[in-house]
Amino acid sequence: MPRIGAFVCWCGTNIAGTVDIEQVVQAVSEMSGIVYVKDYQYMCSEVGQNLVKTAIKEWQLERVIIASCSPRMHENTFRKAAKAAGLNPYLVEVANIREHCSWVHKNKEEATKKAIALIRAAVAKASLNTELIAKEIDVENRALVIGGGIAGIQTALDIAEAGYQVDVIEKSPSIGGKMAQIDKTFPTLDCSACILTPKMVDVASHPNINLYTYSEIESVNGFVGNFEVTIKQKARSVNLEKCTGCGICTEKCPSRKSKSEFDEGLRTRGAIYTPFPQAVPNVPVIDREHCLKFNTGKCGICEKLCPAGAIEFGQEDVLVTKKYGAVVVATGFDIIDLDKFGEYQYQNHPDVLTSLEFERLTNAAGPTAGKFIRPSNNKRPEKVVFIQCVGSRDVSSRGKSYCSKICCMYTAKQAMLIKDKYPDIEVYVFYIDVRTPGKNFDEFQRRAVEEYGVNYIKGMVGKIFPAGDKLIVHGVDSFTGDTLKIEADMVVLAAAAQAKPDAEVLGRKLAISTDTNNFFTEAHPKLRPVETHSAGIYLAGACQGPKDIPETVAQAGAAAAKVIGLLSKRKLVSNPCVSVVNEDLCNGCLSCLKICPYDAIAAKELATNNHGITSKRIVAKVNEALCQGCGGCTVACRPGAIDLKGFTNKQITAEVDALCH
Amino acid sequence: MSLKLEEKAISSKQQFEPLIVAFCCNWCSYAGADLAGTSRLNYPANIKIIKVPCSCRVSPNFVLRAFQRGADGVIIAGCHPGDCHYSTGNYFTRRRFTLFANLLEYVGIEREKFKIEWISAAEGNKFATVMNEMLDSINKLGPSRKLRDGRWIRQQ
Ligand SMILES: Cc1cc2nc3c(=O)[nH]c(=O)nc-3n(C[C@H](O)[C@H](O)[C@H](O)COP(=O)(O)OP(=O)(O)OC[C@H]3O[C@@H](n4cnc5c(N)ncnc54)[C@H](O)[C@@H]3O)c2cc1C
Repeated sequence: MPRIGAFVCWCGTNIAGTVDIEQVVQAVSEMSGIVYVKDYQYMCSEVGQNLVKTAIKEWQLERVIIASCSPRMHENTFRKAAKAAGLNPYLVEVANIREHCSWVHKNKEEATKKAIALIRAAVAKASLNTELIAKEIDVENRALVIGGGIAGIQTALDIAEAGYQVDVIEKSPSIGGKMAQIDKTFPTLDCSACILTPKMVDVASHPNINLYTYSEIESVNGFVGNFEVTIKQKARSVNLEKCTGCGICTEKCPSRKSKSEFDEGLRTRGAIYTPFPQAVPNVPVIDREHCLKFNTGKCGICEKLCPAGAIEFGQEDVLVTKKYGAVVVATGFDIIDLDKFGEYQYQNHPDVLTSLEFERLTNAAGPTAGKFIRPSNNKRPEKVVFIQCVGSRDVSSRGKSYCSKICCMYTAKQAMLIKDKYPDIEVYVFYIDVRTPGKNFDEFQRRAVEEYGVNYIKGMVGKIFPAGDKLIVHGVDSFTGDTLKIEADMVVLAAAAQAKPDAEVLGRKLAISTDTNNFFTEAHPKLRPVETHSAGIYLAGACQGPKDIPETVAQAGAAAAKVIGLLSKRKLVSNPCVSVVNEDLCNGCLSCLKICPYDAIAAKELATNNHGITSKRIVAKVNEALCQGCGGCTVACRPGAIDLKGFTNKQITAEVDALCH
Repeated sequence: MSLKLEEKAISSKQQFEPLIVAFCCNWCSYAGADLAGTSRLNYPANIKIIKVPCSCRVSPNFVLRAFQRGADGVIIAGCHPGDCHYSTGNYFTRRRFTLFANLLEYVGIEREKFKIEWISAAEGNKFATVMNEMLDSINKLGPSRKLRDGRWIRQQ
């Protein structure tokens, strides 16, 4: 029996409040193999860790049990401490008596009993632990950024500046994301394009950055340090190298029926188009669905006119496979569809707009060249009503239960932009609450009310009735209880932010999880906000939850720092908890080989010498560099020849026995 | 349930302290259990968790061993199908234990006493609900003696 030391953490009152530490210590000291027990208020603190280190040395401990919070929290901390004291880190076991015990049980007697049982299981497992040595694996020092919005742009620039190669994959024909569509930005009202487009150009011209626009992720294999990603470059029908961006083709294209995605459908575009004049790369793309050449075989005007000979109707989708050490997901967000919000007449009336359409409408480069007019009659509106929380903080099935976070601020911004240009326009904002935490945010919103005279009304809008060329907004002022009828010329809906519709599919490819609202989940809500549960994959921007630009940029920088930290290591230590084959027991059926998701098992020929007669037989062989330690093979193995280090059959059985004590 | 049966269930509950062994995969369900903890969602202390890297690491032998040694219920919890950290592990879990549950039922272990659940890292709530429900149904069914090793005495 190895010499085992146990360390029981109080975690202040987090554990000690529900678990009787004294009783636990007493019970643990009687368990077989235990030579030392110590309790302390915060075992993870430096003092606590030193207690562990000193005891390992003084008591020649061969195994260490830490009864504390979840191993997902501090297992590594204590493994490092053990290593520092000369003990193999894999001889440490954690009994989770906080998340799985003190925090979920109220009855002190029951919780204490359970804590003892959990520690008994950890002791039983630990006594069977063996020293494990982690292997080193190479790190591919190139990063991949998925999504070319401000989050992806900032991440790519930061990584590239640190001297590493970065590839950016953007689904649409140009990078820029939502920020490129926005007119002015809160809380300073500076023009969005003025601060974004220089960054877009930086990305395009940076020697370390490689852009794949109009491209998507096809598949992802591998693991931290060694991802193998296949990228699908959709056929653009225009040669990226030859095109000079002169724009003749887009001007002369006879097909004019498609709605511009960039202008939120407020303007039409040709079948060959550049999403917006500052697009990066400034190379058009042919929308094959609407192109006459692709549909009727006639036309081809663009090809005839192109002075550079860049039009290539015969282009096909191309698959490229590359290796990356780290991946950053920065795929952003969308606003919700409003088809379930019939009461606001969005579907029926051109003067009811989404917030994003409004951004295009006031933009100097937008469909009206910045002239603020009603889409229905091209006249300037006299009364504009903004409605906040359309689908946000809405627990019904048509909405989202969360707060979209950015709408209070951008609504105040949009209201101010109107008042700034046309002080005579009356502006109303219906809101549930105004939420403006953030540096200079509250001041900003107050300016809308105090300086610009925007009428804020606490209350919701029940219904909008179109009457002649007016929109009658029926609402309630919940302070006075009065019902209001406002004869508006334009209504702007602050539609809730939502996850990208393909987030789940992408998440599956990357093996990262999404939350109940389909935003990507961070590894820890407080302490690991940019990491995912899959090592080497990080998150930036609104794909993780609604965010404004300052927050997005901060997170992008953080993700870049994590990537740089990872890529700067030439070698990574691999997980030593991998499968091993007992060749004497293996009968060569190779059931294990068939189920291994990593192709980490291969057949190996074994020559045996039996009294001079050599015979050959097949056994399974595990490639430790590829094995990720899921353990599926151990169960598929009929003779029981494969076992998983760190989670052996014996160890798990011992845990079961100990729990059933 | 008739009133009488319910009474019986309640009175027997007082002497009967079921033990449920839960095998949770490291990436989803163990994290889901952690989240139940962080969110202070209550579930009974009868549930005791063993961490495995993936639900596909759980061998039917472990389940049998638990019933043999006096567990009244066993639950295997993993990532939702399609979300497995190891891509396909939980598909094997699903296939293996669909068959195995039939066998258990055949030898007299009721369906409610052996479960497979998919609980993601974000579903702390589901974790607590599943555990509460499992305990409820086991309380009603009473102890599992079918596979129990008579020489092994479980201390309460
Ligand atoms: C109406 C409105 C007004 C706003 N005004 C302001 C403001 O004034 N100030 C402010 O700070 N914030 C404002 N915001 C918020 C701002 O838009 C976001 O903070 C910002 O756009 C988030 O950047 P992002 O890069 O995370 O996402 P996005 O801007 O959404 O960019 C994501 C990019 O990833 C690409 N992508 C998506 N999926 C994939 C995929 N599978 N593969 C490859 N590429 C993909 C997209 O095409 C896109 O280019 C506003 C938002 C709205 C809706």
